[in-house]
Amino acid sequence: MTYDALILGAGHNGLVTACYLARAGMKVLVIEKNDWVGGAAVSRELTPGFTYSNCSYVASLFRPEIMRDLELPRHGLQILPYEGGAVFQEGGGYLGMYRDHDANRREFARHSARDAEAYDVYSRDVLRYCRFIRPMLLRTPPDPARFRPRDIGELLFIGKQVSGLSERQIADMVRFWTMSISDYLDHYFESPVIKAYLAVSAIIGTALGPMSPGSAYVLLHHYMGDVDGNIGAWGFARGGMGSITKALSSSLQASGGEIRTGAPVARVLVKNGRSIGVVLENGDEIRAKRVISNMDVKRTMLKHVEERELPGDYVASVKKFKTRGSSGKLNIALDAAPKFAALPEGSPAIKGDLHFTDSIEKMERAYDDWKAGHFSRDPFQDVMIPTMIDPTMTPPGKHFMSCFVQYAPPKIGDLAEGGRDWTDADRDAFGEACLNQIERYAPGFRNLIRHVEIRTPRELEAEVGLTEGNIFQGELTFDQLLFNRPVPRYANYRTPVRDLWICGSSTHPGGGVMGAPGRNAASEILRDAKLSPKDMSDAWPVL
Amino acid sequence: MSAAPHLNAPPALTHFTTPLAQTPFHPRTEAANRLQGWAPWAGYMTATCFGDSTMEHTAIRNAATLYDISPMVKYRITGPDAVAYLNRLTLRDVGRLAVGQVHYTAWCDDQGKVMDDGTVFRLGPDDFRLCCQERHLPWLLDSAWGLDIRLRDETEDLAALALQGPVSATVLAQAGFDIQALKPFRMTTCPFDTGEVMISRTGFTGDLGYELWISPDLALPLWDHLMQAGALYGLMPVGSEAVMLARLEAGFITTGMDFVPVQHAVREDRARSPFEIGLDWMIAWDKGHFTGRRALMAERDGKSSQWALVGLDIPGNVSAEGAILYFDKRREAGFITAACWSPTLKRNIAIAQVEARYDSCDHLWVEIYALRELQYQKLMLPVTKTARPFFAPERRRATPPGRF
Repeated sequence: MTYDALILGAGHNGLVTACYLARAGMKVLVIEKNDWVGGAAVSRELTPGFTYSNCSYVASLFRPEIMRDLELPRHGLQILPYEGGAVFQEGGGYLGMYRDHDANRREFARHSARDAEAYDVYSRDVLRYCRFIRPMLLRTPPDPARFRPRDIGELLFIGKQVSGLSERQIADMVRFWTMSISDYLDHYFESPVIKAYLAVSAIIGTALGPMSPGSAYVLLHHYMGDVDGNIGAWGFARGGMGSITKALSSSLQASGGEIRTGAPVARVLVKNGRSIGVVLENGDEIRAKRVISNMDVKRTMLKHVEERELPGDYVASVKKFKTRGSSGKLNIALDAAPKFAALPEGSPAIKGDLHFTDSIEKMERAYDDWKAGHFSRDPFQDVMIPTMIDPTMTPPGKHFMSCFVQYAPPKIGDLAEGGRDWTDADRDAFGEACLNQIERYAPGFRNLIRHVEIRTPRELEAEVGLTEGNIFQGELTFDQLLFNRPVPRYANYRTPVRDLWICGSSTHPGGGVMGAPGRNAASEILRDAKLSPKDMSDAWPVL
Repeated sequence: MSAAPHLNAPPALTHFTTPLAQTPFHPRTEAANRLQGWAPWAGYMTATCFGDSTMEHTAIRNAATLYDISPMVKYRITGPDAVAYLNRLTLRDVGRLAVGQVHYTAWCDDQGKVMDDGTVFRLGPDDFRLCCQERHLPWLLDSAWGLDIRLRDETEDLAALALQGPVSATVLAQAGFDIQALKPFRMTTCPFDTGEVMISRTGFTGDLGYELWISPDLALPLWDHLMQAGALYGLMPVGSEAVMLARLEAGFITTGMDFVPVQHAVREDRARSPFEIGLDWMIAWDKGHFTGRRALMAERDGKSSQWALVGLDIPGNVSAEGAILYFDKRREAGFITAACWSPTLKRNIAIAQVEARYDSCDHLWVEIYALRELQYQKLMLPVTKTARPFFAPERRRATPPGRF
C-alpha cells in the first residue's frame, strides 16, 4: 500500500507533523529506528522502577497551541512548573532562585543590592524581545529573495513587528541579537555569580562560550517559551520528557496514524526527482506519496539521499550547516536525595536547576577545553532532580537526577586535524569529572548512586541520531536562523527533492522541545496537498 | 559619586521562609489586625484592613488614624552636589526648597517617561531624603555620575507612621509634640524617649495629617505613646483599603496603579510622560538641564502628548473600577485607573487615562459591569470631566490646625 505521508523518526517534531497530517485525513506512518519512540524527548526505564529523562529534561518551549490542537492533556500530558534553583559558589556560598519576587530580590541583594533591582529592568527588556519573536515561531519564514505574494506578506509581517518598536528598542534589539551574553549582562549587573546564573541559558546546547558574540540570542531562545502563560518559566513533563512523545503517539494513533519502531531507514527512494518512499535497512520498501524527515538536515540529505539527486550548492550548504556538538548528559538513579552543604534546611532551591560554575570566566574556561578538543575538566552542569516534585518517576524517597553537561566536543583531540572518536575511557573520564564536581558540593552524593547513564556526543549521535551530538539539530546562531535555517531558499520545510520534506529542529524556529518546526512543516505540507489544516488553530495572539 | 552605596545588612539565608519582611510596627499591627488581612507593599507585609474598612475610612475623615508607611522606599542623599544631583534627577527645582520643607515631585528617564513620583525632604543645606513607591538604586547611582554625593538606601533604617484625620493635630498635642506652628509641607523635630521623632505635615489622604519618622528601635514606644494619647479621640489603625479610598477622594495618583512606571513597561506604549499624567505643572523648565528635558520640550512644543489623565464624575452609585471609556458609546477612548463611590462626597468619582484628543471628555461614556448577586448588569453611562482634588477641605491647610 502507499501511504500519504511517511515520517522518518518518532521524535516530538515528527510526531507533531504526523498528528496534524492524520487529523487532516492523510494515511500516515511514522517509522523509528529505535525500539521506542521519543527521539530526544524520551523516557526509558534503565533501572527497574526508575523513569529517566534521557535527553531533554525540562519543558517550556513546547507550544501550547499544539498541546491544545492535538488534545495532549487528554492523552496524558501534564507540564509541571517548578521552583527553585541555585548556583553554588566556591567557598561554600550560593545564589538561590525563588519564584516569589521579593524573596528573589532579597536573595540577589545578598550578592549585590544594585543587581537585585537591575534584575527587574533586565527582565523587562528580555521579555520585550520574547514578545517580538514569539509571533514568528508558528510561521514559515519568508524567502527574502523571491517575490511571491506569500514571501512578501511574511516579510511585511516581520516589518510590522519591527515598525511597532521605537528607534531605541530597535537599537537595543540589534545589540541583543549580536552580542555575547557576557557583554550583554555587563550592561545590567556587577555580581559575578548573578551573571553566571543568568548566562546559563545562553550557552546551553550551543558550541559557543558566554563571551562569543551571538550567545545572547541563545538565551532568548530559552526564554521565549512559557509554562501556562508565565513567559520564560520552565517546567517538568510529569513522568519524564518521554511523556510528551507518548502523548503525541497516543494522539496520533487515536486519529488513525501508525507507528513502526525498530525500523531504521536505509535510503530515501527518489524517482524522477521525486521521493516515492524509503528502503529500510532490512530491505523492506515502504511507498508513500511524500516522505517527511524528522532527522536533522545533514543526516537526512547526506546519509539517506543519493548525492547525485541533489544540486551541488545545496549539498555544499548542508555540509557546512553547523551541527557542532557541545554537550553531554549524565542520568543518575539515586537511592536518596543528595544534600548540598550550602543549602539551609528546607530550601526550595534543590527543586530547581543547580549549577556549580560561579562566574562567566569559569564558563569560558570550560569552553576553552572544548575548543582544544577536550571535554571540560571543570565542566558547567545544569542539574535537575525532577523527582523532587514528580511522584511518578521513582519509588518514594528515591530520585532521578538529570545532569546536562558542557562542554563535550564531537571528537577528541585537535579538531583541526579531524580529531578522533570518543572512546569508552574518554566517556568514563568525562563522567568522573561531572560526578566529582557534584560530590564537592554534596558530600556523600556518590554513595547514593545506583546507576549512571553517561552520554557524550558519540552516544547522542549513535542512539538519537543527532549529527555530531548537536541537541538543536544545528546551532542556533543568527546565521542559521529564520530564512537561513537550514539552507537559504529551503527554509520552507522543503528540499530539492520533490515530496521530500524536513520537519525537525534543523528548520525554523529551531531546537528545544518546541514542536513548532513539526507544526509549521505540517502546515506547508497540507497547503501543498490542498488540504485544509483541520484542527490547526491559529497561533495565539501576543497581547 | 564619592562613595559606594550603603548596603543594608544581608538578610538571613532562610529569608525564603518569610518572603515578605515585617515592618518595625509589626508586633502592634499584627495584634490589632482582627482579620489578619495582609498584602505585599515593596516587599513588606502591609495591613489591608484591620477589621472594617468603612469604619477605618470614616475615622480618616472624622477622627484620627495611624497607617504604617514604613515600606515606603527611602533614599538619603547628602554631599556638596546634592542640590545639583536632585535637580538633574527630578522635575522640580530643589534649589527653591527651604531647609525643613518638603515637596512632591516626579522623575523621568531620558525619553521623558515617568519613572516614579515621590516627596523630597530637605533636611539640611546638603542633606535630602527622597521617598517613593518603587526601588531605583541602579538609576539613582547612575544619575550621580560626575557629581559628589553620597546615596544611601535607608528604607530599613527608618520607621514611619501616617497620622491622618481632622483630630490628628490634637492627638499630637496630647502626645506632647509641639506642631501648632507647623505649616503644610514643613517638618520639625521633637524629642521622644531616648531619641527624636521627625514630624512632617504631609500625607496621602487630602485631609489634615502628619507623617512621623523615627528610628526603628523607637517604633513600638512611639506607636504605644500615640495610641495612648489618642485613646479619647477615636485614634485607630487603618489599612490600605481605607487609605486608598481616601487618596482617591483627594485625587492623588499612585505609581503602578494610575500609571505604569517606564522601567516596568514591557509594552513600550504604556509609558507616560508628565504631561500625560497631569504632572507637567511641576516641570521647572528654567532650572537648567534635567533628565528627560529635551524629550519633554519636544513634546511640549510639538503638542505630541498621546494621553491625558482626568478626573471624572459618573452618574449613580456604582463604582467604575476597571471600566473602559468609549467615545459616542462606540470607539474606545480610554480606561479607568481608580474609581469609587465616595462616602465623603456622595459622588461617584474616578481617575482615568484618555487619549489626548478626548481630553475634554465630551461624549465619553463608561461601560460598567455591575455585579449584583453573581450576575453582571451592564451600564453605559455618560461621564463628566471634573477637577481634582475631588475633596479638599480647608482644615487640611489651616495653621494653626483646628482641634477637630
